[in-house]
Amino acid sequence: MSELCDLHGWELSVKLAVGEVSAVEVLASCLTRVEEVDDRVKAFLTPTAQLARERAEELDAYLSTGAPQSAASGIPVAVKDVFTTNGVRTTAGSKILADYVPPYDATAWTRLSGAGAVLVGKTNCDEFAMGSSNENSAYGPVHNPWDLERVSGGSSGGSAAAVAAGEAVWAIGSDTGGSVRQPASLCGVVGLKPTYGRISRYGLIAFASSLDTVGTFTRSVRDAAAMLGVLAGHDPRDATSLDAPVPDYTAALGDGDLRGLRVGVITDAFGEGVEPGVAASVRAAVDRLVALGAKTDEVSLPHAAYALSAYYLIAPSEASSNLARYDGVRYGLRAEGDHTDSIAMMFATRGLGFGPEVKRRIVLGTYALSAGYYDAYYGQAQKVRTLVIRDYEAAFERFDVLVSPTSPTTAFPIGEKTGDPMAMYLNDIFTIPANLAGVPAISVPCGLDEAGLPVGIQLTAPLLDEATVLRVGHALESDLQLDLRPPLVAGR
Amino acid sequence: MPVEIDVDHVAKLARLSLTDDEKAALRVQLGIILEHAAKVGEVATDDVPPAAGAFERANVFRDDVVEPSLPVDEALRSAPDRDGDRFKVPPIAETGE
Repeated sequence: MSELCDLHGWELSVKLAVGEVSAVEVLASCLTRVEEVDDRVKAFLTPTAQLARERAEELDAYLSTGAPQSAASGIPVAVKDVFTTNGVRTTAGSKILADYVPPYDATAWTRLSGAGAVLVGKTNCDEFAMGSSNENSAYGPVHNPWDLERVSGGSSGGSAAAVAAGEAVWAIGSDTGGSVRQPASLCGVVGLKPTYGRISRYGLIAFASSLDTVGTFTRSVRDAAAMLGVLAGHDPRDATSLDAPVPDYTAALGDGDLRGLRVGVITDAFGEGVEPGVAASVRAAVDRLVALGAKTDEVSLPHAAYALSAYYLIAPSEASSNLARYDGVRYGLRAEGDHTDSIAMMFATRGLGFGPEVKRRIVLGTYALSAGYYDAYYGQAQKVRTLVIRDYEAAFERFDVLVSPTSPTTAFPIGEKTGDPMAMYLNDIFTIPANLAGVPAISVPCGLDEAGLPVGIQLTAPLLDEATVLRVGHALESDLQLDLRPPLVAGR
Repeated sequence: MPVEIDVDHVAKLARLSLTDDEKAALRVQLGIILEHAAKVGEVATDDVPPAAGAFERANVFRDDVVEPSLPVDEALRSAPDRDGDRFKVPPIAETGE
């Protein structure tokens, strides 16, 4: 027997609509789960239980008047701590923002909140979203609900784990090089990274602005479609947000019939470095797509091998510029002491407030942009970005959707890769190309490996064709009927 | 070959104080990362134009209309130090004394 917190958002919407449950009851179920498991999972940095209760009561009163209900009405949502929330502490997983209380809401949260979602809390993440295991959080790692000794993935590890464990029904995260899709894969939930600009970045604490994308965590593709419908759309406060019509993503899910669909299987993504259990599970899922009527063929993205190199120049370069704002002047930490001048104060504040990975990327990015090196590093990386974009354009002339594993491995033990940054960066080798090209991609659970850990399949479609990754993902999950539940909560 | 970088110089550009241990670790780690990153040069030929983003965007303008902005008190709410309606910081210029 499932608790309310284990149900999908669309199931809860039906129950809320007929008055079978109240928003207060749905929230209470999530809060109970948080109390039961979060001392072990550590998904939340700032729980907002009291605010949430008040909000749910308001919502019940509002809905009882017969007011229109949205897909998000009464749904408990967790928000990655890189989205500003008015009056609620927002740390970005960093000591430099340990006490920062923003005076405004991020648009992504404004939209969810405006549609009736209830904030359960702010979730743990790698510092400034830089990481693939959540071990770069200044507040300690998130523990994977499938095996508490293993990483949640990252950087949106808290959001992924919260949804996997039923601490929230939905969550939002940010995906700059895979930070939604990779933790979704490792935690056995659905992670959607839409087209760059599809969802406003206003209020998303900037990491690498040309790559940062707001994404969703849900336990079904149907819920991902509903969430995207709430979040997508133009925002005058983000000049890069797209002014394109927002289709009815839920209507586009279809009936699971994939006849006529052309699927490109990215052959290079099944080779060296990919765990056999991951490759086997994803290949089995591809077979199911064929059984549902899809036609598959092999495809190569010739420059994907260079995408990681380009990413680790472009993202740190943009980060080094974006993170210049943390200077101890207007908000955030200021190092104590009798500073001779403001410059000395800034040096001390930044040295004290940033963690090792953030420092690494600031130095790397500053170097790549510095006089004498710009052309050889940043300039060349931007050319590789063009080549990656062209690879996708060529592939999408032949295929409607591309498939690969989301991550080369399942969840690895906490501490295993912290000493080797390059090994950690390789976690994102299959997710980074979609960020460079801006195309939408989704990670959908497709099975468990021999150790019982979740495996995700990544589906990628052309710019603004979220409907296709949602349709194919929905067909696959309907066919597989996995109903993944981590052992931590499965016995309930 | 790992790339050798002048960490002291770069940290100065980034206004980032680092301990000797941090600098030593960064020298090694960034050398390896940059060696990998330098592979971009293998395929980025002169005839390939650079891409700054996923798709080309021209400047986006809005009408030049005055809109309400954050109240001063709100903007100063998280300031580490303030003096009335201003951010207070250590000296920023020689005082001439």
